[in-house]
Amino acid sequence: MPETLTKFIFGRLTLESLPLHEPIVVGTFIVVALGGLAVLAAITYFKLWGYLWREWFTSVDHKKIGVMYMVLGLVMLLRGFSDAIMMRLQQAIAFNGSEGYLNAHHYDQIFTAHGVIMIFFVAMPFVTGLMNFVVPLQIGARDVSFPFLNNFSFWMTVGGAILVMASLFVGEFARTGWLAYPPLSGINYSPDVGVDYYIWALQVAGVGTTLSGINLICTIIKMRAPGMTMMRMPVFTWTSLCTNVLIVASFPVLTAVLTLLALDRYVGTNFFTNDFGGNPMMYVNLIWIWGHPEVYILILPLFGVFSEVTSTFSGKRLFGYTSMVYATVVITILSYLVWLHHFFTMGSGASVNSFFGITTMIISIPTGAKMFNWLFTMYRGRIRFELPMMWTVAFMLTFVVGGMTGVLLAVPPADFVLHNSLFLIAHFHNVIIGGVLFGLFAGIAYWWPKAFGFRLDPFWGKVSFWCWVLGFWFAFMPLYILGLMGVTRRMRVFDDPSLQIWFVIAAFGAVLIACGIAAFLVQIFVSIRKRAELVDVTGDPWDGRTLEWSTSSPPPAYNFAFTPIIRDNDAWWDMKKAGYRRPLSGFKPIHMPKNTGTGVVLAVFSVALGFGLIWYMWWLAALSFVCLIATAIGHTFNYHRDFDIPAAEVAQTEEVRTALLAAQGARA
Amino acid sequence: MSAHDHAGHDHAHGGAAHGSLKGYLIGFFLSVILTAIPFWMVMTGAIDNKQATAIIIMAFAVVQIVVHMIFFLHMNPASEGGWSMLALIFTVILVVIVLSGSLWVMYHLNANMMPGLHEMQQMP
Repeated sequence: MPETLTKFIFGRLTLESLPLHEPIVVGTFIVVALGGLAVLAAITYFKLWGYLWREWFTSVDHKKIGVMYMVLGLVMLLRGFSDAIMMRLQQAIAFNGSEGYLNAHHYDQIFTAHGVIMIFFVAMPFVTGLMNFVVPLQIGARDVSFPFLNNFSFWMTVGGAILVMASLFVGEFARTGWLAYPPLSGINYSPDVGVDYYIWALQVAGVGTTLSGINLICTIIKMRAPGMTMMRMPVFTWTSLCTNVLIVASFPVLTAVLTLLALDRYVGTNFFTNDFGGNPMMYVNLIWIWGHPEVYILILPLFGVFSEVTSTFSGKRLFGYTSMVYATVVITILSYLVWLHHFFTMGSGASVNSFFGITTMIISIPTGAKMFNWLFTMYRGRIRFELPMMWTVAFMLTFVVGGMTGVLLAVPPADFVLHNSLFLIAHFHNVIIGGVLFGLFAGIAYWWPKAFGFRLDPFWGKVSFWCWVLGFWFAFMPLYILGLMGVTRRMRVFDDPSLQIWFVIAAFGAVLIACGIAAFLVQIFVSIRKRAELVDVTGDPWDGRTLEWSTSSPPPAYNFAFTPIIRDNDAWWDMKKAGYRRPLSGFKPIHMPKNTGTGVVLAVFSVALGFGLIWYMWWLAALSFVCLIATAIGHTFNYHRDFDIPAAEVAQTEEVRTALLAAQGARA
Repeated sequence: MSAHDHAGHDHAHGGAAHGSLKGYLIGFFLSVILTAIPFWMVMTGAIDNKQATAIIIMAFAVVQIVVHMIFFLHMNPASEGGWSMLALIFTVILVVIVLSGSLWVMYHLNANMMPGLHEMQQMP
């Protein structure tokens, strides 16, 4: 084949792009490929393709989409954690002249991929999945406002994840750190495909995130059950609302700044270059205008989870509901006023630094108020130390430490000593693991019975809990110490042998966390095996307070046979106290959205578009772009989007539940 | 997409007024005028001062946004039960924070981090 034709078809993709010279990557590829083949073979063997396609991939049911988001988050957590433990091992052995086992080229990709994956493809899918599953149930709605958009958003997020994963085996990933600052990420210093993978993976996933944000805002504003005023919404719904407002307001900034970077790289503009009037600092400024709200996007919904869990397991109404809501709203606004604290040392004067230092310290006030609200909710409550409550207590102890080191870093002079050191790394892992991940595990243990109709096995849950909590403390306290000694982040080899012991302790912590993740997987497996023992037919295993516990577990496709009427906060608690009885007759047909495969198709074209742009396969990019637009327009002519569940079917579903409840009552 | 949602379809617009032909025409002419004046200013160079011209064009752009919101998006303080207004206020606050903050920050960075720029320009 003539060279020009090869070049036209494959762009800059050649056989040399496959990392065959990196034994570690080849080994990983073999493991991933064998594992993937085993899964595909199993699906084919058990004839599950049709089931998965009809019931899950094309589903517009918010509950199923929520579960799929959680699965995506879990899969990507395994990838992101592999990167983490590789770094820990490298840093633990690269002393006394040893180069460790990772070369610089590979190591730089690993720390970049770890950050990108953990934020965009672990924390975001987990948080979005939780909101997707819980919010419509909590507000008494039957689905989100735009069910198709929800499915599309999910598949775009998957599309971004696929691009990141592809970079492991085809080409390479960025070597720039997780925010890809120019000029390093510019075409002159990063001519390879790594940064392009980064840009297009985030752009594809960003479409999903933004649309899902719009969808959930609309759902919360427009679809609350009658009687549920704003100040009667469950706290988790409130924090979800604020998070989605943050998403809609900040993700366009990320999209814009990545587009400008892409223009610099593809068409030779000079927004962020060193010469021709470009200004790399503008990139740093803009990306943190997105980046700081992003960390609140991650943590706010988990504050909601902790509120629900504390209140439920203390058997009390949440202390200070109103202050909790106002604290959340204040955090939402303030999160836009602090972005400069990420680059105190990059040249601002005293006035700018003190302004942003003070706003940063102010943000700890509403967060502290929340902490006291949870404490006062527990005070004199009958606390049941079930798994979700254990995670909550661990969060309160861990997160406070992370918050205090955050306030410490907010003092600009202190930041001049500590910036870019391992102290910073320890701080943000302290708040993200201690806050976001602990909250997610609390939320998963709390709502799992709602999603599947049986509880998670408590023994393996406790094993996972202790491994995670102790593992966290072992892994990150040494980093605080190292940071105070002046060790900077992203180092591959070390000269000073006296530091090694701390890295060994940190690596031990990472191994403990690995055990925690393994125990979590075992917990899921064991719970599915023992589901008959752990079954919950009441739909309300924790003596819950909010509406999601009023329906069956798992909820029917339509969530609620009748839209509930809300008279108080803690609507379900109020209904239980008022002697609520399930209506047993008078069912009406229920109007529901129909499944569609368009979301999957659009995401496939988006991935192809991204892949074409990354490898300069212009024909592929153009073709998939045209197909993308055509499919999207074509879908607007699909008028068969809804159907009615007949009243008889609703009645039958509800009768099954009545029978189950009666059997349960007879046994009790 | 729920049944409850479906039933409420007839009054789903939450009180936002539908446009009339007159309203659309007023909006159209206003936006044409607001576009034509900046063009005229730039093409004829009516004002000598470039900075003043830029500021005036920005002002026309802001008025243009308001015209679009009122005449084409039919926004008023009561539409969508006040949510449009609330969202607008929030957006304006954020845009002001982001723009003024960026200007302030970038001014500092330029002043502090490019001290050699002027000397460099005078270098042979």
